[in-house]
Amino acid sequence: MVSVKINGAARSFDGDADMPLLWYLRDVLQMTGTKFGCGMALCGACTVHVDGAAVRACITPMKAVAGKSVVTIEGLDAKGQHPVQAAWRELGVPQCGYCQSGQIMQAAALLKEKASPSDADIDAAMSGNICRCGTYTRVKAAIKRAAGAKGA
Amino acid sequence: MGAQEFSRREFLKVSAAAGGFALSAGWTQVFAQEKYGSDSMPNGAVDNPLVFVSIATSGIVTITCHRAEMGQGVRTGMPMIVADELEADWNRVRVAQAPGDELRFGNQDTDGSRSTRHFFMPMRRCGAAARAMLEAAAAARWGVPAAEVRAQNHELVHGPSGRKLGFGAVAADAAKQPVPSRDQLRLKKAAEFRYIGKGRTRIVDGVAMTTGRAVYGQDVVLPEMHYAVIARSPVYGGKVAGFDAAAAMKVPGVVKVVEIKETPIPSAFQPLAGVAVIAQNTWAAMKGRDALGVKWDDGPNARYSSDAYEKALTASANAPGKQIRSAGDVNAALKSAAKHLKADYYAPHLTQAPMEPPAATARIRDGRCEVWSCVQSPEAARNDVAKRLGLKREDVTMHVTLLGGGFGRKSKADFAVEAALLAKELPGKPVKVVWTRTDDLQHSYYHTVSAEHLEGGLDKEGKPVAWLHRSVGPTLMALFGPDSKLESPIELGMGLTNVPFAVPNLRVENPEAAAHTRIGWYRAVSNIPHAFAIQSFVAELAHAAGRDPKDYLLELLGPPRQIDPRSVNDTWNHGEDPKLYPVDTGRLRIVTETAAKAARWGRKLPKGRGLGIAAHYSFVTYVAAVVEVAVDAKGQLQIPRVDIAIDCGAQINPERVRSQMEGACVMGLSNALSGEISFKDGRVLQTNFHDYQVLRMNAAPRAIHVHMVPGNFDAPLGGVGEPGVPPIAPALCNAIFAATGKRIRRLPIREQLGT
Repeated sequence: MVSVKINGAARSFDGDADMPLLWYLRDVLQMTGTKFGCGMALCGACTVHVDGAAVRACITPMKAVAGKSVVTIEGLDAKGQHPVQAAWRELGVPQCGYCQSGQIMQAAALLKEKASPSDADIDAAMSGNICRCGTYTRVKAAIKRAAGAKGA
Repeated sequence: MGAQEFSRREFLKVSAAAGGFALSAGWTQVFAQEKYGSDSMPNGAVDNPLVFVSIATSGIVTITCHRAEMGQGVRTGMPMIVADELEADWNRVRVAQAPGDELRFGNQDTDGSRSTRHFFMPMRRCGAAARAMLEAAAAARWGVPAAEVRAQNHELVHGPSGRKLGFGAVAADAAKQPVPSRDQLRLKKAAEFRYIGKGRTRIVDGVAMTTGRAVYGQDVVLPEMHYAVIARSPVYGGKVAGFDAAAAMKVPGVVKVVEIKETPIPSAFQPLAGVAVIAQNTWAAMKGRDALGVKWDDGPNARYSSDAYEKALTASANAPGKQIRSAGDVNAALKSAAKHLKADYYAPHLTQAPMEPPAATARIRDGRCEVWSCVQSPEAARNDVAKRLGLKREDVTMHVTLLGGGFGRKSKADFAVEAALLAKELPGKPVKVVWTRTDDLQHSYYHTVSAEHLEGGLDKEGKPVAWLHRSVGPTLMALFGPDSKLESPIELGMGLTNVPFAVPNLRVENPEAAAHTRIGWYRAVSNIPHAFAIQSFVAELAHAAGRDPKDYLLELLGPPRQIDPRSVNDTWNHGEDPKLYPVDTGRLRIVTETAAKAARWGRKLPKGRGLGIAAHYSFVTYVAAVVEVAVDAKGQLQIPRVDIAIDCGAQINPERVRSQMEGACVMGLSNALSGEISFKDGRVLQTNFHDYQVLRMNAAPRAIHVHMVPGNFDAPLGGVGEPGVPPIAPALCNAIFAATGKRIRRLPIREQLGT
């Protein structure tokens, strides 16, 4: 039995403790905002926060999150108005949008750590998140905008 | 206007002209008939407002988008066109997604950079007709002539009296009005556009996409749903020789193991042979699959290996092939030229690798099959499912989710057929087929692999007098017909036969190549290798002539002129009317000059830096790019800046044109720097994003500047989704040459710069 907090709600899971958090979220809880992209922590589409840190849900077994607090894209902000989400919409970042849950969660974790990240900081934090549509220049601009909004 | 069906007469009128064409049949039709644009596509275009527009009494306008959203912004752009003509307030517009039903909606094959250019006018007529019906209904209500009533920002206004009614108040009456005929419609003048051409409309799915609520094919959730993954034949045409179902069944959560029969080659969009594991969740299905131990009978493609194939292709490109186009006497001109240059280029297989791997959910009950999936061509998917299940088209419903990227992969809905076959095994219950990334990379429909042999002759002044191009690679037509070994008119027309150069002696040849895997289309298709070779060779000729590459490119393009595609043996012309869409070298010159000027072409650069330029015409759009590179002593490459200029005619949603160009730059660079799918013993070697590397933020350009040539809304439109890609790889390689003196002739670049 694994006890875990998902977006503030206490949950318990008595299935295969080796099941990655990704499939628990998507298949068991039917919370599909966290995306499946590679299954090997190579693309970042499944990024969630575990105790505040950005983590790839696809390689994180349920037993590793026992007693921890998980925040997904659905729980990032109750109204979907986290500065990163707002900046993403203002700059029209998404194309297909599939990777953007992961991009946003990664960016939000970065800004929590570094309120005003440099280009190099952004590259370092975001290069694990693939966007096949190629929204990188807008992702970077939106992170800077969100940082500005947060600082203001 | 509610959910009215067509009037019976309207419906008959449309369906009489239509048929349930598969995509391949649709293409044949393109050649067989003198029809162009949307008329040349299966089931054409529909502009009936009763099909696309409904208005609730609350005033909320729901506009149906019949094309698939995969990042190009079609769910914003298409409804926006209707809303503009309708004089609807965008804040009170909702967008509904059409299921696959081309008899009702017209062609839905979201492919070929066609949606906006084919449906701009039909969608305008649709909005204008709905507006006229609202105006007529309000006029009737007030008992005034319809000419005195104008729709204005979601209201009907009676000019003389100033009376007003909301759209919702007359919606029910308007639905009863006759649909005006095309010649009665008053379309807006461009100056009256509210949204078209402005680029101020936020994407309709922006909130859903940034909050995790957007539903893609992978995200479909239905009651009692089961999950499946499939072990597929690693070799195209292989069969299942044996597997251990009992071992898979031992995995907790596994419900059933099902064999999927192979489809004989050529298998079009039908599934590969495989063994599926159906389970209570994806994880259990994956573990069950691991336990299957499937043995394969590899079949006729078991010896396909990329190393040997590359050598064979290059040899073919160096021997005469089928003549596609010939002007003057190339052999004589090459012989008498002051300089005779030769170059062989190679561009490997690629795969689309959309961030969302393919997925589909199907449920069969009461003899009907319902599918939810991320398909680019829902009518084709519907027909493929019907065919495989032996159902009538009418008994299959194809719901279209958002697509987490498509790039051509999701035009081929083998995954939807798989889901339908598995749903048959659990009657009444939905089954979702999940493709993993490895499944996606190893069982795709691959971009062709090609060898391009170029020869050029220069006179004493360095002027080009002869041009020979041999292009050889497996054709995507091999998917549909056996023994297709020559490039089809579609592939030839992608920048090969229609190369618009002013060279007196010019010959294009196409030697044969057999396909040993499923060849499919990948964003920009054969334009990728053709543009790579041609635009690289232009820079090579310029260098040999001691000339500036941009000036030399402009000289090859020659004076501004309109080339009839038929005169250069392009029988396809992207399906467009050659009279409306000639190849206009003037427009290609303008984008070339625009990109060059924006990049400050000719400026002094420090050591290790260089600019490269390339221009290419595709999908009836003109694009040029200048890439700036910085290569350090170790061969590490950075891309400080890309300037890309596009002339696609008028930009309907300029903001999304811009984002498509930005994306095309990234994908073009990704193709050039690291994109390669390779085979050994018939099997794809790449397994995930560590060995099929795509561009990440750290390697992406520091800045992308998009320059859009203004267009006229009354002139024919060009495509947008694909034409940004082809010039990027050659512009990059030309920049690398400028920076380092190293000429890249084989893609991907990977370690060729020394790291």
